[in-house]
Amino acid sequence: MGAATNGAGRTAYLNARLLDPASGLDAPGALLVEGARIADLGPRLFSEGVPDGVTKIDCAGACLSPGLVDMRVQLREPGEEHKETIKTAGVAAAVGGITAMVALPNTEPVVDDVAGVEFVARRAREAKLVKVYTYGAVTRGMEGKEITEIGLLAEFGARGFTDGLKAVADAQVMRRALSYASAHDQVIIQHPEEPSLADGVMNEGGTATRLGLAGIPVAAEAIMVERDLRLVELTGGRYHAAHVSTAAALEAIRRAKARGLRVTCDTAPHYFILSEADVGNYRSFAKVSPPLRAEADRQAVAEAVADGTIDAVASDHSPHDQESKRQPFAVAAPGIAGLETLLALTLALVHAKQASLLDALACLTWRPAEILKLDAGRLAKGAPADLTLFDPDLEWRIDPDSFRSKSKNSPFEDYPVRGQTLATVVDGRIIYRAEGFGGEAGAE
Amino acid sequence: MSPTLNSSSPLAPSSLGYRHRHLLGIEGLSAQEIGVLLDLSDGYVALSRSQSKKTALMRGLTVINLFFETSTRTRTSFELAGKRLGADVINMSVSWSSIKKGETLIDTAMTLNAMHPDVLVVRHPDSGAVKLLSEKVNCAVINAGDGSHEHPTQALLDALTIRRRRGSLAGLVVAICGDILHSRVARSNIHLLTTMGATVRVVAPPTLLPAAIELLGAEPFFDMRKALEGCDIVMMLRLQTERMHGSYVPSTREYFRFYGLDRDKLAAAKPDALIMHPGPMNRGIEIDSEVADDIDRSLIRAQVEMGVAVRMACLDMLTRDLRPNDAPRESAPAGGV
Repeated sequence: MGAATNGAGRTAYLNARLLDPASGLDAPGALLVEGARIADLGPRLFSEGVPDGVTKIDCAGACLSPGLVDMRVQLREPGEEHKETIKTAGVAAAVGGITAMVALPNTEPVVDDVAGVEFVARRAREAKLVKVYTYGAVTRGMEGKEITEIGLLAEFGARGFTDGLKAVADAQVMRRALSYASAHDQVIIQHPEEPSLADGVMNEGGTATRLGLAGIPVAAEAIMVERDLRLVELTGGRYHAAHVSTAAALEAIRRAKARGLRVTCDTAPHYFILSEADVGNYRSFAKVSPPLRAEADRQAVAEAVADGTIDAVASDHSPHDQESKRQPFAVAAPGIAGLETLLALTLALVHAKQASLLDALACLTWRPAEILKLDAGRLAKGAPADLTLFDPDLEWRIDPDSFRSKSKNSPFEDYPVRGQTLATVVDGRIIYRAEGFGGEAGAE
Repeated sequence: MSPTLNSSSPLAPSSLGYRHRHLLGIEGLSAQEIGVLLDLSDGYVALSRSQSKKTALMRGLTVINLFFETSTRTRTSFELAGKRLGADVINMSVSWSSIKKGETLIDTAMTLNAMHPDVLVVRHPDSGAVKLLSEKVNCAVINAGDGSHEHPTQALLDALTIRRRRGSLAGLVVAICGDILHSRVARSNIHLLTTMGATVRVVAPPTLLPAAIELLGAEPFFDMRKALEGCDIVMMLRLQTERMHGSYVPSTREYFRFYGLDRDKLAAAKPDALIMHPGPMNRGIEIDSEVADDIDRSLIRAQVEMGVAVRMACLDMLTRDLRPNDAPRESAPAGGV
């Protein structure tokens, strides 16, 4: 990884299918990286040949898109390094074509002060892989009572505020957080689940009844989203509902957007691919929070990605070791390790003809970047050279045992997908190159 | 499982196969498999009533009763069943709250597995925990109740009790009344009774009925009198005390008024309707003593007797391939760890 990191290095990506969802560009062409930035791109670039001194990479027709921005990951460092570290998650992200990821503050200790934000930034610099940002907690210790130093944390680089897997339940606290954060133009990211209705372990319905598991009704999500939307109206704050899983909540968000409220939302691939039926016979790998829902909700989530109601698709990467998952369903930890499958699972919507390639990529690039005001997610002159090169059609089967992540908890074992990363570029540096993808020797 | 004739078994196993290694639940069992277990149980009722109650069928085999939740009745019933079959029976009570912190359920399973038991009888407060454990051991596992999921031997003993009184389960109308939401007994009974051709109604206050219960094949009722109309069997469930005071129902007094079984409500059922309860009973809360003790109508004591016979049948059935023609133990299939 020597030459390309050099500020003067120039690399030409030739024979690429250039995809820039922000501008709608989808055309064959080339892209020139100079140092850490995109110097030029377009269908006609290098039609007269590539000048001397420029490293050439032959993309052989593969898709070259802005690097993927994953707005919801858990890194487990500090505190649970046996499950994941910033370094191992960085490697996994690179394999997944992700060039920037944003970490939840639910570590041990919680990232609720400036030192926490600086720690994550320092560890990310040391790992020198993908770009790592962190959210700050909305409330001290994520206890839902006192708001954190939102202004100071933002100055030190926090990119939004959330209490992670815990909802900000108290309406007054949420009101003040939205109100206060708006002075610093910060977004509040909610885990939208009314806690008093969410003491179950899977979606309420026939499957939960058959298995004798306590259910969480759809209303738990809808009620919290609808309450929060009232508070957004009251405060003028900026609000983002994380991993939305129900048609009811999506409908509320759709209406709020139509009324012009500053509201966005994301989901994770498992909410548009899996349903409560995938819990099967107590499969704890399919235990997530919020829970996998009924088939109709799954379809509604897929449609909302396609029609743009959902702004972003995030991996919701939640690494857990075997001990946390090989437990009775009610006791098992919720979550899926998702960094390495985000792209392929999102492309499933494209292959199923439910979403266009550009619309699907938009949810993985400029739209999450815009929510968090990251300088990322676009193919444009002067933009950071964060790039993902991928083959959208390559067929493979997901094998959690081969994950680079420390944790292998995925319900997608042996699941057939299409679409794989060939190379991942961060600030002009190629940090990952798939086995078998040559490009050109000596490019690194 | 190869059919093996066994001289000391009270019923020659025509071994119309019970095809499973474990007994984890009633869901998934065929009517024929249930029938085989009930037939075998009938034989053990006779044995248990005879002077010499003990056989040497399971001599040399080890049964471990592993209870993560306290239960005197079920554990004693399994213990007696194992001992009457000549097995060595060991009882282990483990506090699940202490387990949760350190050793996982899987660790516990592996530890016990290393002791080479032949049957593990497991009760656990979490739904699905017994299945999880069964995947990690080499021996047969009997679910003695997992969370709100299943309690298969209870459903089998209920079925045996009914069948011995009524000859058959097919065509009967059975009302299951009480805390359906949390009841593993209700779920196992719904599966068993519908599989055997009975009609099942469930009756409870709306707060104690789980969502989409009709998908399991039971018809839900909130009104007990309507639910009992034309019923052959009234099956009462226990209501846990912690659920009686304002969380799921307002008070025991109110619960008894609307869902307690008394003469008045029972009058809606068929004149010869029979009453059952898995025990232990909360007299005056879910059932009136006058009804519970009515020897013409109440099957509650018979249920306890059938419990031992059914558990003997289950232990017998699940260990058949360990004792081909009572061959010496060495021939038992090992399952090296």
